[in-house]
Amino acid sequence: MQPFTTHTGIVVPFDRVDVDTDTITPAQFLKRIERTGYGDVLFHSLRYRPDGTPDPEFVLNKPAYRDGTVLVTGRNFGCGSSREHAAWALQDYGFRVIIAPSFADIFANNAAQIGLLTIVLPEERVRAMLDAAAREGYQVSVDLERQTVTDAFGHRDAFEIDPFKKHCLLNGLDAIGLTLQHEAEIARFEATRPDWMPRVTLQDA
Amino acid sequence: MTPRTLVDKIWDAHVVRHREGEPDLLYVDLHLVHEVTSPQAFEGLRLAGRRVRRPDLVFAVLDHNVPTWPRTQPVTDPISRRQIEALERNAREFGIRLEGLLSRRQGIVHIIGPELGLTLPGMLIVCGDSHTATHGALGALAFGIGTSEVEHVLATQILPQRRPRTMEIRVEGALPPGTTAKDLILGIIRHIGVGGGIGHVVEYTGSTIRALSMEGRLTVCNMTIEGGARAGLIAPDETTFAYIEGRPYAPRGAAWERALACWRTLPTDPGAAYDRRVEIDASTIEPFVTWGTTPAQSEPVTGRVPDPDAHPDPRERAAMRRALQYMALEPGTPIQEIAIDRVFIGSCTNARLEDLRAAARVVAGRRVSPRVRAMVVPGSQQVKAAAEREGLDRVFTGAGFEWREAGCSMCLGMNPDILGPGERCASTSNRNFEGRQGPGGRTHLVSPAMAAAAAIAGHFVDVRDWRV
Repeated sequence: MQPFTTHTGIVVPFDRVDVDTDTITPAQFLKRIERTGYGDVLFHSLRYRPDGTPDPEFVLNKPAYRDGTVLVTGRNFGCGSSREHAAWALQDYGFRVIIAPSFADIFANNAAQIGLLTIVLPEERVRAMLDAAAREGYQVSVDLERQTVTDAFGHRDAFEIDPFKKHCLLNGLDAIGLTLQHEAEIARFEATRPDWMPRVTLQDA
Repeated sequence: MTPRTLVDKIWDAHVVRHREGEPDLLYVDLHLVHEVTSPQAFEGLRLAGRRVRRPDLVFAVLDHNVPTWPRTQPVTDPISRRQIEALERNAREFGIRLEGLLSRRQGIVHIIGPELGLTLPGMLIVCGDSHTATHGALGALAFGIGTSEVEHVLATQILPQRRPRTMEIRVEGALPPGTTAKDLILGIIRHIGVGGGIGHVVEYTGSTIRALSMEGRLTVCNMTIEGGARAGLIAPDETTFAYIEGRPYAPRGAAWERALACWRTLPTDPGAAYDRRVEIDASTIEPFVTWGTTPAQSEPVTGRVPDPDAHPDPRERAAMRRALQYMALEPGTPIQEIAIDRVFIGSCTNARLEDLRAAARVVAGRRVSPRVRAMVVPGSQQVKAAAEREGLDRVFTGAGFEWREAGCSMCLGMNPDILGPGERCASTSNRNFEGRQGPGGRTHLVSPAMAAAAAIAGHFVDVRDWRV
């Protein structure tokens, strides 16, 4: 995983609640077996018109936001399907941070797995950022170690984050490698599992 | 000992390692795998030189992008074919059982887990799919994970997780005639909202839940994620045990007795505390129809499309206006005047035998409206075979429905069954998001009986008036 320490970037305002993962990455793009290359289809149905040309009204297509790396959006972002493709698409597009009043549980997990930082801030602060970002070139700086989001106007927001998640993000740790360090405990537990639990056989049960 | 909830008991029984300040390491009893969220996980294993730790606890099936036309015909979409072939190759290479396209046990992963007796009370089950919540109906702790976590579980059989908060949703009373488990869960989501369950695992309790069949319970738990909670459980009882006994992977003989003894200890202890409680009066449930683009945006079939201007919250007003624009609906329109082009009876929510029977009762002796294209996609090949033994296929085809092979199909538009832009569909599936059933498609979520009635009438109707 890509480590996350600090990041400064242009804020892209996306003023919607309950943005679902079908909107972030529609199902017709989930058939690929690779992990990269989803940035081009991010928010596909909003970003492109039916004829395939970019919709100039959509925020990602406005020149001022072209280099944006911090997405600020409404509550319950990433609801619906568990597709990690949604987090991959946001990261592949260039986003490093998503700020919202709340995130869907599975999406937040998926983002943390790949080093995409999700930050929960109160509704009114998200509202203020959406308004500030309506002006061109609004930037924020995120410091994960200090757990702060600051802007050039002196606003400073502190955010909460699970300490273990923070530790993994700061160091870009391989989660599987961490679990494998506990092999002895896993094996010990495994030996005590009840015998009525099903075991899948290659032939019909 | 402190009284514990069902969720607490299952959680505690699966903790391999607990350290303050770290997520618990949980042991996964069953890992369900499908073709869409697994290829990158297997590729990750290969790149890191890792193996699948317990192939005997992994069960794979092709369901999401398989065509529902006869299995003798090829998969024509080359990208879908590549994904199908990738799972076939990965299953061979890592020694995992796969129910392939020609298997008589193939079907939607969340239909076949319970059907085969793989899903049992007290188990911890994961799958790279948000509707894994379905399996909670049997008293298992089951939830969706992303592809990185799929890789993690394949390699270690462990999932690191923070203990979630618990929410009790208690439903009391008899469901009114003409309403179903689908209407109940749509009503619950309407009440708590699409983000209401974030950070929680739900336990459904109360006399209404106890009275549901296992199939109805599966429908309720299936849509738990639509209310924001990753898992929804129902304590196992005699209904559960009767459903499980004799299924292919269910324990037998002495093992069955040991399992039963364990399962009977699972229900929540009297006095156990939940972090949050919600009460629903079953008598308030009506046949619901979603009018918007989230599963919480529904009205009783006797109602009208709501007016965004009447909503106090400006954010919600904006979301409602956008939803109505996408759905091409005017505020104040009676729900029953909404005409439809397509009907989809299927999905992990509503494609079990009981669902098909309910739809067939409405359809029997009637004809699908000439303006409607209607299809039934059984949830599994076993459901399909059972329905055919009862002659349900002939009821449907005789009325003008298409009768198809099992798969996820038009629930998420990954296979050739999709809506065209602007097409309006009455669907028994679980999500009405923009473009969910195909770019530009408009989805209304309903129960199987309501979908069947809409197919006949060409618009939504109150199935209670049909006296079936």
